Order: sequence, then C-alpha cells, then structure tokens
Amino acid sequence: MTAPLDVTGTAAEAQPEAVLQGVGAKAIQGRSLGQIAWTRLKRDKVAIAGAVIVVLLVLVAALAERPFGGLIALFGDDPNVPNQDAIDPLTSAPLAPWGGISLEHPLGLEPVNGRDIFARILSGAQISLLVAFLATLLSVIIGTLMGVLAGYFGGWIDTIISRLMDMFLAFPLLLFAIAIVGAMPDRAFGLSGNGLRIGVIVFIIGFFSWPYIARIVRGQTLSLKEREFVDAARSLGATNGHIIFKEVLPNLVAPILVYSTLLIPTNILFEAALSFLGVGVAEPQASWGGMLTRAVDYYQSAPHFMIIPGLAIFITVMAFNLLGDGLRDALDPRNR
Amino acid sequence: MTEPLLSVRDLTKHFPVTKGLLRRQVGAVKAVDGVSFEVRKGETLGLVGESGCGKTTTGRLITRLLEPTGGRIVFEGVDITHVKQGRMRPLRRDMQMIFQDPYSSLNPRHTVGTIVGAPFRIQNVKTESGIKKAVQDLLELVGLNPEHYNRYPHEFSGGQRQRIGIARTLALKPKLIIADEPVSALDVSIQAQVVNLLEDLQGELDLTYVVIAHDLSVVRHISDRVAVMYLGKIVELAERKALYDSPMHPYTNALLAAVPVPDPRKRADRDRIRLTGDVPSPINPPPACRFHTRCWKAQDICKTQEPPLEALASGHLVACHFPENAPDKPAGVGAHPAEERATT
Ligand SMILES: Nc1ncnc2c1ncn2[C@@H]1O[C@H](COP(=O)(O)OP(=O)(O)O)[C@@H](O)[C@H]1O
Ligand code: SF4
Ligand SMILES: [Mg+2]
Repeated sequence: MTAPLDVTGTAAEAQPEAVLQGVGAKAIQGRSLGQIAWTRLKRDKVAIAGAVIVVLLVLVAALAERPFGGLIALFGDDPNVPNQDAIDPLTSAPLAPWGGISLEHPLGLEPVNGRDIFARILSGAQISLLVAFLATLLSVIIGTLMGVLAGYFGGWIDTIISRLMDMFLAFPLLLFAIAIVGAMPDRAFGLSGNGLRIGVIVFIIGFFSWPYIARIVRGQTLSLKEREFVDAARSLGATNGHIIFKEVLPNLVAPILVYSTLLIPTNILFEAALSFLGVGVAEPQASWGGMLTRAVDYYQSAPHFMIIPGLAIFITVMAFNLLGDGLRDALDPRNR
Repeated sequence: MTEPLLSVRDLTKHFPVTKGLLRRQVGAVKAVDGVSFEVRKGETLGLVGESGCGKTTTGRLITRLLEPTGGRIVFEGVDITHVKQGRMRPLRRDMQMIFQDPYSSLNPRHTVGTIVGAPFRIQNVKTESGIKKAVQDLLELVGLNPEHYNRYPHEFSGGQRQRIGIARTLALKPKLIIADEPVSALDVSIQAQVVNLLEDLQGELDLTYVVIAHDLSVVRHISDRVAVMYLGKIVELAERKALYDSPMHPYTNALLAAVPVPDPRKRADRDRIRLTGDVPSPINPPPACRFHTRCWKAQDICKTQEPPLEALASGHLVACHFPENAPDKPAGVGAHPAEERATT
C-alpha cells in the first residue's frame, strides 16, 4: 500500500482526453456548456440573422426617443406632430405619389393627418419591445418560482400550482384584458394615461403567461432532481435552498432563455392585438397595432400604411422566433 | 469484538404506490424489507444482488437520503434512523456515498473545482491553504491532473468522472463510504483501475466500505464479507472466501454461475442453475421464500414458510430451507425445517 495510485491506469485513461483537448497551457481552461452552445449558435446562419435583427431592433427601440438621444429626431419628424398640408383633403391620402415616400419621409406619410410613418414605426417599436420585454420578465420571474417550487417539492405544493396553471391557461385573456383596460380609471397606482395603460398591459400579459414558463421549468426540475448530483449535494448536507439555487437553477438557465425568447414574439403580438382593438396604447402615442387599426379605413388609398406596420410586426416576431429556435437547437443537450 | 461502525437492524423501506388525484395509497413497493447487518471498522462489505433488489435503497437509507419505514440504523453508536436533516448535517461528514452513474452525479454546469470543493463550502470547513489547494490535492489523490481544476465534467471520460466523484466523497475525510455500483457504468477495461483506486485509498485513508454490485465478480477481490440480497432481503451473508468457495443459498449459487468460469466441467452444472426471468415485482413479492419462483430446488414448504436468516455451522448466515454445500446435511434433501434447525 505504498503506492496509493494506479499510475499506469491513470495515464492511459487520461491520455486520449489530453490529445483531444490539445496540449499547452490553454487546454487546461475548460469550455463550459454555454461556450459550446455559443460556438454552435454561431454556425447557425438563420439564427444569427434573427439575432442581428433582434439586436438592431433593440438598439433602435432604445435609441428611438429621449432619453437616449433620439434616432427619430435625427432622421425625421416628431412622430406625434400632424402635417395636414401634405394631405389631400378629399381623399385623406397623402398628396405626393407612393404614399408620400421621399427622402424626407422614408416610409411615407400617414393618411388624414400626415404624420411621418418612419418616426411612428420607431416610436411604436419602443412600445412593442418595452411591453413585450417587461411582460416576459414578469412571467419568467413568476413562472420560474412556481415551476421550481412545484417540481422540486412535489406533493400538495405541486398539485396546487399545477391546478393554478391549468386555470390561468384556460382564462380568456384577451376578453379579460379588454374588459380591464376598458373599465380602468384614468389614474391609478400613481400612474396616468399611457403610463398606466402600459403598466396594466404588462401586468396582464406577464401575470397570465407565467404558466408557459412554469410548465417548462417544472418539467425540467422534476427530471433534474432525480439526477444523482442532487443526491450528492444532499448527502453532503446541502439545504434545499442550496440545492435549488446552486444545483438546479444553473441547469434551468438555458431552457428559460430559450422559452423567454420564444415568449417575447407572442407578447409582441398580444400587445399589437390590444392596440389594434383600441384597448392598448392610446393615441397620439404610436403603436404598431394602433397604426394597423387606422390603416383599415384607407387600405385602398394608402396601402403602404397597412403594409409597413404589418411588416414591422412580421419581421420582429420572425426574428425572435428564429433566434429562439436557434438557441433551442444550440442548447439542446441531445445535439451535443 | 469492538462495536461495529455501522449496524443496521430490520431495516425496511416501503415506497407507497398511490392512485388518482387524491393520492390514495393502493399498495407499497417493498424495496427493502427487513435487512440486518453490521459493518466493522476498516472492513469492506460487499452487497450484491440483481438490479431491483433494493441495494441502492439500502445505501440511501443508511446515508439518510431516504426516510426508513422501519428498523434501526446505528452509526458510531448514534441512532440515526429518524434524525432530522438539520441534525444529520454534521454526521454526514463521516459518511459519504459514491454514486452509480458518473454522468448524472456531477453537475454539468459546475467546474471540477466547484464540484470537488462543494463539500468544504456546504459544510463550512476551513482548509489550511484555501479550497483550491485542497481540491487540487484531492484530484491528485485520485489520479487526476490537478491542473484540470477549471474543466467541466463533459470533458472527461466515464472513469475520470468517477474519480472526480470519488475525490468529492473524500473531501471531508469520511469514515464510511457507501459505493453504489461504482464501476458498473464504466468500460470493463477501466473497472479494475477504479476498484484498485478504491482499494488503495482504503489502506491510505483508513476507510470502511460498503460496496454495492449487481454481480459477484466486481466485489470479489475487495470484499472482506459479502451479503447477497434478493427482493429486499438478505439471503446469505458470509466471509468472502466461504461465500465464493462454498455458496449455500441457491440464489448465491445462481449469481456465481453467472460469473464466467473457464472450467468446462462446471458448465453443465451452471446450465442447471442459471437464473431465468426477471426479479418479481417488489409490490407483490412471492410469499414465504421470495426466491421460490426461480429456485430449482423449491419444494412446497418454500411457498408456505419463510426460511429465517440463520447462522449455519459453516459460519454462513443463510435464509434457505435446503441450502447447498451444507456440510452437516446432504444438499437438496427435503428435511423438515424444524429438524434442520435442530442440526445447526
Ligand atoms: N423512489 C422510489 N419510489 C418508488 N419505488 C422505488 C423508488 N426507488 C426505488 N424503487 C423501487 O424499489 C426497488 C429497489 O430499487 P433499488 O434499491 O434501486 O434496487 P437496486 O439498486 O438493487 O437495483 C425497485 O423495484 C425500484 O423500482
Ligand atoms: S427456501 Fe426453497 S425456494 Fe427458497 S431458496 Fe431455499 S430451496 Fe429455494
Ligand atoms: Mg441500484
């Protein structure tokens, strides 16, 4: 028992690994699963295209108006200022051909009041992404908490949370949103006008879509807690808190990232639907859904006014979905 | 003899089988059903049985990952059968478990350093020159490159992963290690290396082992004593040499027959006692002797009267009405159990 280690065996076993990783100082630094996923994502052209569009959209939305500078001010007019002189009073359509598309107004003018569509699309992007991101964040927080609790503790906690999820998913969300926004006072929770409306919309969407995240998280937690590394932590004396935060949650980051990327476009569509139905963001603030509503009456005289916000929604939703699918493929352990 | 390090008495674990929304209990999986044994300081006890016999459950009961349904577990003189998790915490330092599946026992999101250093953090143990140094020493001890501290589990082979797991169990300098099929997930070529490592560590660190395996070949050269388990019960327990040289329970004989032997003369014999079929369900185990559905020596009495686990003259503890290789009576002759007991 003088030689505690089975040295020959160790060397033979360790060698192929060393060769695979390449020799040298850098080989010692491990590559995490996240880094591997990133390498894989970079090879996925479609997902990268989606990611580029998403990044551009986020930048545009963040920089569109004050406080961060104002792309709108740089390129066009104030999105909310009418320009009646450019409108034909008989048809309500822009006087200039092609819907008023020109160097000055790259996407043309809105019928009736002649506002700059480019400025309004940018301004609407800000609203769309703001609502979608905040609502997704809210549902991710609630969904992760509920999903982990249900999956980890099981028993009656799981029963209650699972029934709650069924209830929330069966809820007629759109009707409920219309009713609430319609019945809302002008001023509440220290907010008023569009601030209040945005707050309420974020709350409604976020509060009712957490079950989508919770379901995924619950399922993953159920399978994670059966893994032996959880038993290993427990046999070392780890508390439930330690196991949830240090052992389980790091393994949930990937699925949460994927499903929130896929939830964002759903929320964008929902906000657009609410605005389209007149219970979303109110005029004069621009929103893609609201623009579509107004476009319905002029689709013959000013078709561009319908096509442009429609395209904006389509491209945004598409980009997020492509990125989300790419992330899912890149992070899927079965593809490893 | 000195007090055993671990003593287990009539240990049982019944997993409830529930049905419907209200989780009404309709039955129980009798995974462990009255198991008794002792583990002496410094020895290695092999625990062997086919898959589904309750070996893992036994290990998890002892390490208190599961709450026992009944029985008693005494570790270092302390009754830990129903100790609360919080009070169990300090005791856990002395008792660790090596897990079966090296692909599931290491968190894929953690580096080797985090994994092997976890025991220090969880137990709040101060190390002399920092956790990193302690982890690197442990990695070296189990034959891994200490520079691989920042690597992730997926960058290692199965055997290396199992070494990482072993390093983690050694961190708190435990007295007892329960190794649950530590090599069954590994390539045959690597199994011997890991078994050798366990053996070397035992000598160096003064460890006591319970090594679980599903066949008798793996534990053959590291065990001092071997317990054979079938459907939640121990059917035979004996010194290593006695068990391998003259196995007495038909189930032990069948397990041994499954281990490849080059001797052609024994082949015909092996065919006779080869195990067929699966282990019956532990929800409805066969009555009396649980092995009677697969035993080639089964008689009527085996189906009506449970054979107790008794010490025979040879020193074996055996639970069988008609044990093989019994020196004090011809094997396989149907003697009445009362007479049998009288002769021993
Ligand atoms: N958590 C559990 N719930 C219900 N049944 C279980 C559980 N764990 C194990 N079992 C059952 O108990 C029996 C013994 O399992 P186990 O101890 O894993 O056997 P072994 O390790 O010998 O293969 C098996 O029938 C298994 O299905
Ligand atoms: S008691 Fe009977 S059935 Fe059971 S092992 Fe012995 S001979 Fe076989
Ligand atoms: Mg097992």
